Amino acid sequence: MTIQRDASAHIKPHAASPEVQESLGFPSEKIDNWHDKAIELLGEKVQSSRALKLAMDACMKCGACTDKCHYYLGTQDPNNMPVARQELMRSVYKRHYTFTGKYMPWLVGAKELDETMLDRWYTYFHQCSQCRRCSVYCPVGIDTSEVSMAGRDILASVGLGQKYANQIINKANTKGNNLGLPGPALADTLAGLEEDVFEETGIPVRFPLDQHGADILLVTPSADFFAEPQVDGLIGYAKVLHQAGLSWTLSTAASEAANFGLFVGSRSHTQQLGMKIRDAAKALGVKRLVFGECGHAWRVAQNHLSELVGGFDFLDDNYPKPQHIAEVTHELLTSGAIELDATRNAHRRLTFHDSCNVARASSLGSTPNGQFTVPRALLKASCDHFFDMAEHTTKQTTFCCGGGGGLLTDELLELRIKGAKPRMDALKAVVEQHGVTDLVAMCAICKSQFATVFPEYGYAFDQVLSLHQVVGDALVMTPAA
Amino acid sequence: MTSPAVAELVISGQVILTDEDGYLKNRDDWSEAVAQTLSAADGVELTESHWEVIRLLQEYYDNYEIAPAIRILTKAVGKKLGKDKANSRYLYDLFPQGPAKQACRYAGLPKPTGCV
Repeated sequence: MTIQRDASAHIKPHAASPEVQESLGFPSEKIDNWHDKAIELLGEKVQSSRALKLAMDACMKCGACTDKCHYYLGTQDPNNMPVARQELMRSVYKRHYTFTGKYMPWLVGAKELDETMLDRWYTYFHQCSQCRRCSVYCPVGIDTSEVSMAGRDILASVGLGQKYANQIINKANTKGNNLGLPGPALADTLAGLEEDVFEETGIPVRFPLDQHGADILLVTPSADFFAEPQVDGLIGYAKVLHQAGLSWTLSTAASEAANFGLFVGSRSHTQQLGMKIRDAAKALGVKRLVFGECGHAWRVAQNHLSELVGGFDFLDDNYPKPQHIAEVTHELLTSGAIELDATRNAHRRLTFHDSCNVARASSLGSTPNGQFTVPRALLKASCDHFFDMAEHTTKQTTFCCGGGGGLLTDELLELRIKGAKPRMDALKAVVEQHGVTDLVAMCAICKSQFATVFPEYGYAFDQVLSLHQVVGDALVMTPAA
Repeated sequence: MTSPAVAELVISGQVILTDEDGYLKNRDDWSEAVAQTLSAADGVELTESHWEVIRLLQEYYDNYEIAPAIRILTKAVGKKLGKDKANSRYLYDLFPQGPAKQACRYAGLPKPTGCV
């Protein structure tokens, strides 16, 4: 593959405004002693994170990761090779924190954090979607997402935060969700959905909000209230929960599952956003906590949430941990509590995009590899025409949609289009071979990213579907009495 | 919440500030001429169909401090213009960059944020 030096060096996210920076406790603009502060923070981060320490110490430059990143494959910029992205931080770490790097930097490729290097950090740590595909191929298990998360937190801490993610964290903190959707608008939106579903099915499916004493609190990305095809997924969850006779509610205070604190590498912000969910679950007195279709929300829920928010001891003993809606639906299907009629999706020929954060950072259900088998089992029960994309592009080795990790913003559109190419190539193959009509996803970011980049690759914006949209369409519902 | 104004429009001698993405800094600066200037820069000529959507967005924003969710918008369009237009394909035909973002920009409303 051809290398094009600096091919994507011009692509950078907008800077966060001084107001947003301050609201998150970061300096409003680049501080005078940025160099010393950045070096100090880097040392602290490596000290406190074994994963980051591994990334700094263990790379043997074997080259296994070089052609595994979708952004490298799409842009051909060598700085998007995972090893090179890591090296931006590793070379600085060596310069300041290793003996040879301090006294004989030329021997080990140690480099100073100067203005040029700082600019490269800002550019290329924002060309990593933290999808971890490279880590699957690394013989020592280095995870570049740890590097880009740490790098972004250091950048924000010296006054160089990114607008998209930081603005969203501020909105989630102040308004309850990433969209900034106020309570009355949420209530109005949900009332509208009840009307829509009643009109479509004749069945009074409810979308309860702030219902004290409900058994289940459903937290879902706010995109599920706002955009297509996400909202079709939300309708699917509501249909399933209605048909199964489960008592559930949404919450105004916890009207966001997504947690952008993860993307910017901030433990304190990840924690603050997570606490809102715990507080809402406790206040509503629910027994179960269920997450909607959001990839990184599930990564946080499974890997970090309990530790960050002090556990969920108030939940029911049978459901002591957060669950994913796909697990809930799959259990209901397996136990016979709901029935799916695949003939209702006879007009569709489907393939499935494994979202990186579900595929490589989480699990689903009670069996190993459930994160791969559960969504496929739901799709196969919902539609007779299911075709997987090529093996090296799915499951454990799935390609990122191209918009994950806090990069789903318009000024990065060129990167997003190029980064989607490996996924689009795999999709093209099943479209040509099997006549696939729609790509199904279970992450709000993946869905918006595909709806945006599909026209660039010859598909319509609405050829991406929510997993629970397909399930909801196949669901056999009991007519209203 | 504000971000640095990095661009400006000059309309009838008045300077109007926008953010990096072309969204108005101050909603009060909006006028039909602003919408026409922004759309002309995209090569879009605003028809009565565009104006209907722009007015619906502004009306909803006045009530709820946010642009309407896509389902609310398609339903409102359907009520005003007929059921055949109550879908997002109709809106994407009018606003190919996506109805939420492009139409909000012409309507003088802030850019929707989040995973949208």
